Amino acid sequence: MSTMELCDLTALELTSLLRQKKASAVEILESSLRRIGEVDGRPGSLEERDLDDEDRAKVHAFITVSDERALAKATEIDRMIARGEDPGPLAGVPFTVKDIFCVEGTNTTAASRILSNFTAPYTATPVARMEKAGAVMIGKVNLDEFTFGSSSESSAYRPTPRNPWKTDRVPGGSSGGSAASVAAGEAPLSLGTDTAGSIRQPAGFCGVVGLKPTYGRVSRYGLIAFASSLDCPGPLAHDVSDAAAMLQVIAGRDEHDSTAAAVPVPDYSAALQKGVKGMRIGLSPDYFRLTYPDLETGEIKYQQLPADIERAVRTAAEKLADLGAEIIEDVPMPNTKYGIPVYFVISRVEAASNLHRFDGVKYGMRELVPGADLQEMYRRTRNAGFGPQVKLRILMGMYTSAAQYSEQYYQKALRVRTLIRRDFDTIFDPNGKYRLDALLTPTNPTPAFHMDAVYGDSVLMQYADQLTVPGNHAGIPGLSLPGGLDDEKLPIGIQLLGADYTEDKLLRIGRAYELATAEDAWRKVLPEVLR
Amino acid sequence: MDDQISIEVFNRLVELAALELNEEQAGYLHKQLNNQLRAIHELASIPIDNSLEANLHGVPYIAEARPALREDKAKNCEDTASILSQVPQYQDGHIIVPDIPHTTLK
Repeated sequence: MSTMELCDLTALELTSLLRQKKASAVEILESSLRRIGEVDGRPGSLEERDLDDEDRAKVHAFITVSDERALAKATEIDRMIARGEDPGPLAGVPFTVKDIFCVEGTNTTAASRILSNFTAPYTATPVARMEKAGAVMIGKVNLDEFTFGSSSESSAYRPTPRNPWKTDRVPGGSSGGSAASVAAGEAPLSLGTDTAGSIRQPAGFCGVVGLKPTYGRVSRYGLIAFASSLDCPGPLAHDVSDAAAMLQVIAGRDEHDSTAAAVPVPDYSAALQKGVKGMRIGLSPDYFRLTYPDLETGEIKYQQLPADIERAVRTAAEKLADLGAEIIEDVPMPNTKYGIPVYFVISRVEAASNLHRFDGVKYGMRELVPGADLQEMYRRTRNAGFGPQVKLRILMGMYTSAAQYSEQYYQKALRVRTLIRRDFDTIFDPNGKYRLDALLTPTNPTPAFHMDAVYGDSVLMQYADQLTVPGNHAGIPGLSLPGGLDDEKLPIGIQLLGADYTEDKLLRIGRAYELATAEDAWRKVLPEVLR
Repeated sequence: MDDQISIEVFNRLVELAALELNEEQAGYLHKQLNNQLRAIHELASIPIDNSLEANLHGVPYIAEARPALREDKAKNCEDTASILSQVPQYQDGHIIVPDIPHTTLK
């Protein structure tokens, strides 16, 4: 397993080999499918079966492996190359898709039983753009049910994904299958979504790069909605250059999504080599302490960030300073601590609204009971089709948006969201006191936690997103980068946050950091399943 | 802090959400729901000026970022069969559902 194979290369290395005719798209695909066969184990399914030891040692990133569809696409790419045609910028690159995106003709489940029989009649814009660019979709990967979670354990499709670095740990979530599939070398790219950190948090847990673009930078057409004012599709990749290449393909306006911004898409790859000299990068004490609610009193308690994680961020800052960046310390972000409470309200209200469409009438499963009327059919279908975390979000959303509580909760949360946005407006203001190009923070409060250790405690699980969720409230872009390993050889993620539509700056800083750490010992360590 | 949502309010929510829970599920969800409300308790203490605008969208939806509205023109779906094939019960151009609860007017 330790021998380097095609599937271990980056997307850009693969396109280079393909264009030089040193590898064909079919050979690249076969390498990925072999890797899936070696490390993935049985795909997630609704089958009720206890885990055995072999299951516990595998990754289980996939719900569906689309090998036939992928082979047809790879063959088409090879024919185009043989004819001398341009097969596109990501030609022959395998990629996985979080199973929350519609892909025509594929089972699209949202990791929920209620959509177990749903075949998408059309393809989501980001997926269509990847395929148009020549990339080869090799399958749909597992996630938290309807993306509701931070460990991928709420999926109805079991076994749920496991972390390739240590398979007794979660891969994070909700794009856990995406991050795991990239970390395990099953595909160099994956399309995920980020509503509170669902790209960046699993990227941090699995030692890969994850980019949450600015809200509206990438179309949401064909994405099964969770919280419509927060959801952002984006790339997970081996490295920053691959993430930039993928964002280049999927970004931009879309006539099918009026919230996809009509803002020009810059050349992300061209920006990568510019270095960080003169850039202003901030550090905030509000991202070096953790907050948790005291469930007895309802008050916020503070905890120290784990030392390994703080050290990784400060070491990254030193390296960037050595490269010529100016590090600005003590940047105040006073409303960071409200990110999760605000999210508990806004995301649940939007989720409850979006989930009303699943009623067993037009698509998805229907629970039939002889003699039952329509209301009972709704109840039976939704009860059998939704898992506990989905039901919990519906109930919370309905309660906090109810007429008598809306002012207290929903309207208040929307106003506190304004305060969170103002924190970022202040530090990124080009005429302000801080004039930052980026804020450097940890991605996660902890490294990947054990399977079953947090699942079931919906409050503690939500606080796994406390350092990523402010970026979603503000709508700004965020990039998670591998930033080292902790004492247990688990990946640590570091995060860059920037002003609206400044993905190019974040990628530029990320690339400089990658180059500066390329020879570090931790970069040579492989995930457990590849050793 | 006491539970904010009583079992009566919880049961009403379950009904409005068109769910049907067994005892074990109801116990778990009721407890988690109250825990989540404790976790957001801190929101109440944040001093907010009522003139502060609500943020619905994160990124400002400024005119330059808005795509032009496309022409308001009806467009037929080219492949209705793949959509209708998803319907759990379908016959002769109609989606079939169980009896709709109704009251006969006198």
